[in-house]
Amino acid sequence: MAKMTVITERCKGCGLCTTACPKKIVSLQKEKRNKKGYFYAVCTDDNACIGCAMCGIMCPDCAIIVEK
Amino acid sequence: MAVVFERPKSLIDVPTHYCPGCTHGIVHRLICEVIDEMGIEGDTIGICPVGCSVMAYDYFNCDMIEAPHGRAPAVATGVKRTNPDKFVFTYQGDGDLAAIGTAETVHVATRGENIVIIFINNTIYGMTGGQMAPTTIPGQVTQTTPYGRDPELAGYPVRVCEMLSTLTGTALAQRVAVDTVPHIRETKKAIRKAFENQKEKRGLSIVEVLSTCPTNWGMSPVEAIKRLQDEMIPYYPLGVYKDVTAEGGNK
Amino acid sequence: MERNLMKGNEALAEAAIRAGCKCFFGYPITPQTELAAYMAKRMHKAGGVFLQAESEIAAVNMVLGAASTGVRAMTSSSSPGVSLKSEGISYLAGSDLPAVIINVQRGGPGLGGIQPSQADYWQATKALGHGDFHLLVYAPASVQEMVDMVTTAFDRADKYRIPAMILADGLLGQMMEPVSFPEISINDYDKSSWAADGHKNKREHHIINSLYLKPDELQKSVYERFERYEKVKAEETDAELYLTEDCDILLCAYGATARVVKSAVNSAREIGIKAGMFRPKTLWPFPVKEVNEAVKNAKCLLDVEMSMGQMIDDVKLAINCSKPVHFFGRTGGVIPTPAEILEEIKKVGGAE
Repeated sequence: MAKMTVITERCKGCGLCTTACPKKIVSLQKEKRNKKGYFYAVCTDDNACIGCAMCGIMCPDCAIIVEK
Repeated sequence: MAVVFERPKSLIDVPTHYCPGCTHGIVHRLICEVIDEMGIEGDTIGICPVGCSVMAYDYFNCDMIEAPHGRAPAVATGVKRTNPDKFVFTYQGDGDLAAIGTAETVHVATRGENIVIIFINNTIYGMTGGQMAPTTIPGQVTQTTPYGRDPELAGYPVRVCEMLSTLTGTALAQRVAVDTVPHIRETKKAIRKAFENQKEKRGLSIVEVLSTCPTNWGMSPVEAIKRLQDEMIPYYPLGVYKDVTAEGGNK
Repeated sequence: MERNLMKGNEALAEAAIRAGCKCFFGYPITPQTELAAYMAKRMHKAGGVFLQAESEIAAVNMVLGAASTGVRAMTSSSSPGVSLKSEGISYLAGSDLPAVIINVQRGGPGLGGIQPSQADYWQATKALGHGDFHLLVYAPASVQEMVDMVTTAFDRADKYRIPAMILADGLLGQMMEPVSFPEISINDYDKSSWAADGHKNKREHHIINSLYLKPDELQKSVYERFERYEKVKAEETDAELYLTEDCDILLCAYGATARVVKSAVNSAREIGIKAGMFRPKTLWPFPVKEVNEAVKNAKCLLDVEMSMGQMIDDVKLAINCSKPVHFFGRTGGVIPTPAEILEEIKKVGGAE
């Protein structure tokens, strides 16, 4: 049981987290923008998250919290 | 479930002014993780440079001092000599450290000042809009090398860790990168070692971090990481160039 | 009180240590080098820090670092070196940091010469770096005054959070005179509201900074500083008025030049010319009230400097050009003699 949460208002949509995830379940969605206008990252499959925190480690904006 | 990853306490909870994908944010976080793990926030004084991280004082929760361009090592010397029990670090870009501040950089090392320098090498001037840096790679296009850096005209880049590793006062000169999770973990270890060196009064520790500047490189953040790997790491090999705590000391 | 024969440069150093200066960062340059040499001998024994920096630029920035943590810090140089320090001085002023900078002036411009000069008046009082700011500028005329003014400079720098400069010259720096060091009580100004010395997890973090990207915020910070300058102007001016009560001709001079001028004034009096002298001890703030008091009965003024005429601007402004202000100057390291100043006094109308 693990979970990654994106603090959407802090996300700048750079996409570095998407390259770091070993399960390939982090992606930049193309529908919703935050207040700054960025398409923010989302976890596409909560059940597949292993809580490795690689997305968070790669994030330049501390926009990801990981729980396990 | 317990939180296994979040913002370190000494990194102030505000959005940064950095561009999307700029790796300054990663390095800021690593410094703060080390400060938190060592429990030294209240005893740490940071020195900000002129450049993109000129407003880093708004992000680090320790006391912060803004230095004139290139002078952070001199300011840090003044702080450390009068406050020898405090932890002092500078955070400097390539233009700041290896062009306008070269004299300060060389002499803070040769004096063996007990401070930590975090050196961000992204081969370009970011804040002023993408001009040639002392670390710009031959052939690299910037605003002031529009046809690519021609060493015949603009000289060759400075390899800072290699240069400082020749000086007796340097305790640690290590080049790392923040392009992958394993490299980021390595970067944090180097920063930790640098702060431990300061605690043990071993001399000057410099951690050179190969970083990206997607905006001024004209690339997406993901493409910028690829350039760091394909062009920068071959020109600026990662590794420990000097470590007085290791067997042999030098690379 | 015990009096010792001391060189001006060494007296400046000793006075600084006694005034609570905890660190000195310098770089060799003639004619102030004895100051650094004295510090190198004494500072460690006094429990402070002496460091020879790699440049004047590094030295003043080391001062900035130390001053940021609330420590009394000083650097010294001579004219070309002070030009190099101007970057750091502007940052000190912009960051509201107290510090003391000594300029033992030599001739300029460029590398100039190594003999005494007063050609840095404009730089000291008007343009010690870029931006809207002033330094407190003290102008000693004797070795004893060097001691007294260093003490005052450290105190006022702390009091107002404005860097202070001692504007001396090579003559005073190299000269030996008997000097005493009076017992002083050092005012302990509370710096805990701003010093960046590690917050110990007991307060918000402090930021020492001169960057304001929003124009209205930068304007506000400059306005606030200029309000402090008004207080300084009201309270900190100082000048010596010599035989000014009945003078027909008022000589204006500062620093070493004033010593020569005083002799010329005495000689003038001996031949029946009513001469007097106004000597500013603070160059910024300029003693406007004092010069107007001194000039009230005079018919004209004669400004004498070891330069092509720099302070004369402030004299004219101070008296609102209400009377003719004549000038006599020597430059490049040439020191005016009492005889030639007396000739000038006669020439400009003292002997009617």
